[in-house]
Amino acid sequence: MSDIDEVLSSTPRVASMFRLQWEEVQQSWVLLYPEGMVKLNGSAGEIMRRLNGEKTVATLISDLETDFGATGLRADVLAFLEIAGQQGWVKA
Amino acid sequence: MSEVDAAAGLQTTPTPPTVGPPLWLLAEITYSCPLHCVFCYNPVDYTQSGPELSTEEWFKVLQEARAAGSVQCGFSGGEPLVRDDLELLVAEAHRLGFYTNLLTSGIGLTPERASALKAAGLDHVQLSFQDSTRELNDFLSHTKTFALKQRAAELIQANGWPMVLNCVIHRLNIDYIDKIIELAVDLGAEYLELANSQYYSWAQINRDGLMPSREQLERAERVTNEYRAKLGDKLKIFFVVPDYYETRPKKCMNGWGNVFLTITPDGSALPCHTAKMIKHLDFPNVKTMPVKEIWYDAHAFNHYRGDAWMKDPCRTCDEKEKDLGGCRCQALMLTGDAANADPVCNKSAHHHLVQEAVAYAQVPDAQRVKVQPLVFRDPINSRKLSAKV
Repeated sequence: MSDIDEVLSSTPRVASMFRLQWEEVQQSWVLLYPEGMVKLNGSAGEIMRRLNGEKTVATLISDLETDFGATGLRADVLAFLEIAGQQGWVKA
Repeated sequence: MSEVDAAAGLQTTPTPPTVGPPLWLLAEITYSCPLHCVFCYNPVDYTQSGPELSTEEWFKVLQEARAAGSVQCGFSGGEPLVRDDLELLVAEAHRLGFYTNLLTSGIGLTPERASALKAAGLDHVQLSFQDSTRELNDFLSHTKTFALKQRAAELIQANGWPMVLNCVIHRLNIDYIDKIIELAVDLGAEYLELANSQYYSWAQINRDGLMPSREQLERAERVTNEYRAKLGDKLKIFFVVPDYYETRPKKCMNGWGNVFLTITPDGSALPCHTAKMIKHLDFPNVKTMPVKEIWYDAHAFNHYRGDAWMKDPCRTCDEKEKDLGGCRCQALMLTGDAANADPVCNKSAHHHLVQEAVAYAQVPDAQRVKVQPLVFRDPINSRKLSAKV
């Protein structure tokens, strides 16, 4: 399997150190952790809220494309998940 | 999927920056504390504080702050475990959707209370090392301190909380930084904050006794870096130098009335935990004003918000956005006017006051002519000092 296939078949989830929640006042999804907060932009929030540790990245991408009536989101989703992994926000 | 800036390239009239919500709520639920730390940031006249808010009054504060957009809640003090309704307060904060943090010395954290706090939804415990100046030898030999912290650390691990240790560093313990780091490793900490004492409240009174020399600081940073290299990801170490050694001030509290809201044991609402020393501001109380109104409308919160209050050199400084003139309390303490530039800044006309304190820190203890004994934070000293403030 190539690296990209490996990523597409992985099933990431929000890392246990973080809690993802919708903030009504900020109108955005945020990641909470000890004494801190990351405010996610719209796209990042839509990706993060769909992670559940069971859904593959490939399914996630097609879900997003369906929900937003868009195509070609793969590169953006993979780029975000790479950053999110580096930051420790998600675990594969 | 990238965000598009719709205003890019367009000429727009500048609008005043909008005030965001009080994201960080620090609930100082009591000034009672079994410790007597010489660097405590509680006000020196804490014994003059009014009666503590009741459980029901704290519930109201939590509900109003959450509705106003607060998302992080820190339970602090004093020692918050002194209050036997802490579990109820944590449960209510958790129910409201706060991320809940407990800032504690660990004294009073029994297995029963730890389980009850876990059940209440507590997300995180920050364990601090107790005052190490009164019993420095005990602290350094890991005996009593280690046993106490080990019990607390075991409870933290058993309940699945991330392990964050905090140790206030100063002239008397900074040379033993290696022992402190090893203590953190032995306790299984994931994060260690080595924060040099900042000179407010009790630490301001004890400043000469607490400020390390430049040589001590440099050595401590070097040792810390050696441990960072050796330990890698096993333990993340944050090292904070005293701002007196800087030439630009810190952006205190990330800006006055920007993200931080402190509620004191008697219900006073402050933009930071030491702001009450600014006596010309009339700080509102949660018993008589709703949190949202306090945050957005109270004069005390708007007074030093943004940069309209600034005088020179801050007013015309091209770095004013970066640090917002530093700390209002520090400006007041050192210059007598909270609207002056923080004297840590070398553009301040009062910077020599900071330089003189730093110069004195280079004088070895044995060569000091008049050594002031350390003043411990306890009710007797507080009552004595209250007469002066």
